[in-house]
Amino acid sequence: MTNRINVSVTVRFDPDGRMFPLSITWEDGRVFPVDRVLDVRRAASLKAGGQGIRYTCRIAGHERYLFFENPGWFVEAAG
Amino acid sequence: MRTILHCDMNNFYASVECLYHPDLRGKPLAVVGDAEQRHGIVLAKNYAAKECGVATGNPLWKAKQLCPDIVFVPARHKLYQRFSDMARELYAEYTDRVESYGLDECWLDVTSSVSLFGSGQAIADEIRQRIKSELGLTASAGVSFNKSMAKLGSDLKKPDATTVLPADQLEERVWPLPVSDLLYVGPAAARLLRKYGISTIGALARSEKALLQSLLGKCGVGLWLMANGEDHSPVAPVDAPPLVKSVGNSTTTPHDLVTDRDIRITLYLLCESVAERLRAQSLQCRTVQVSLRGTDLRWIERQQGLPFPSCSSDSLFRAAYGLYRAHGQGRALRSLGVRACGLSAAVWDQCSLYEEVDRDQRLEALEGALDGIRSRFGRDSVRRGIMLEDDALAAVNPQQDHPNIRLGFVGSAG
Repeated sequence: MTNRINVSVTVRFDPDGRMFPLSITWEDGRVFPVDRVLDVRRAASLKAGGQGIRYTCRIAGHERYLFFENPGWFVEAAG
Repeated sequence: MRTILHCDMNNFYASVECLYHPDLRGKPLAVVGDAEQRHGIVLAKNYAAKECGVATGNPLWKAKQLCPDIVFVPARHKLYQRFSDMARELYAEYTDRVESYGLDECWLDVTSSVSLFGSGQAIADEIRQRIKSELGLTASAGVSFNKSMAKLGSDLKKPDATTVLPADQLEERVWPLPVSDLLYVGPAAARLLRKYGISTIGALARSEKALLQSLLGKCGVGLWLMANGEDHSPVAPVDAPPLVKSVGNSTTTPHDLVTDRDIRITLYLLCESVAERLRAQSLQCRTVQVSLRGTDLRWIERQQGLPFPSCSSDSLFRAAYGLYRAHGQGRALRSLGVRACGLSAAVWDQCSLYEEVDRDQRLEALEGALDGIRSRFGRDSVRRGIMLEDDALAAVNPQQDHPNIRLGFVGSAG
């Protein structure tokens, strides 16, 4: 049982090359817009098993971690 | 007094794998080499496997015997390199003096940083905390006044701990430790020292320097200095290129080498490759070493000094072929290696009065021109005539097969 869910992410690059996730597309095709990015830092995810740039995002009123581990994105499964 | 940190990421390969396999955390796990390439041994293990007695270097069957539940995962060197690079980047935020000792260990000289970031212990604790949150790994750190004591400190408490060894506690805390805890004291040196009643670092420190010199040569003096806290070796700057101690190539040939001609072809290929790499790094060597492995898999190594430092394949070949004639003739060989040691920076000496030196300098210039042609038009654009005699052997590309640079460890006793 893995707690790591790889997801598709729509990203905006600013002129300096920094990335801002705009929305996450879930495995079943549902799209969740990222309301706000609250924090960006390098971090490991012990829960999902991975390491990369961690975006703390507000999505539908909840705070969620979204990780960019080159070349893809993943989130930690709930529970 | 300097402030030196030594950071050691615990069970590095195995910890990275445990991070990526959350379901295996806490279970015995070993990172192993590729069995198909005959590299099937334990490269690293986690604490659960260590408790069962599994050791680095164990063949897989033995690890399984010691610990039937063990899980083997194949090594992913690129991934470990990425974590190692990230750790170095993190260290470099605290000082510009960061020297690696393998992928998982680094020394940091934070003497000039303590006014910015706090004491050595505070920096070490912050670094450990960041390694844990940013990389998901644990590290142990030693804080002391020189490199060997910092290294000793980081080994004292594992995992995930900081050990401070101030200079005034050397006798009280370091001297009672076994001599094998000291950097560069391997099993052979420890055995030899024990024979002379030197079993602790304190006994080493109090013994006669001259005795150690007679036992272990200049390494003995280095160890004596270390045991007395007199290790003044600097921590290299973060951007310093790694110190190359020797340059070598070896190859297992497509068919066994039986005749002298087979040997000459292969040796020329190896010597040309080694010489080209020496020239690319502006180095020359004083010693040539050959390794010969027979069809019985017995392996011997022999070396010989050169009359003058050189980076021409011709000089290397003459020494290497001479060594083969003296030690390897009369049996079929399956692999051959050539290594250039005793390296120094290649400088264009003034024109020599000695004819042979003059000849070698002209050869080096000629071979340098050949390097240029080969880099533009391919390796086979210019070849020695002898290469036409055996296509299979001549097709061996030592640089592609086994590039082999041995990095020296830097230290007063190195």
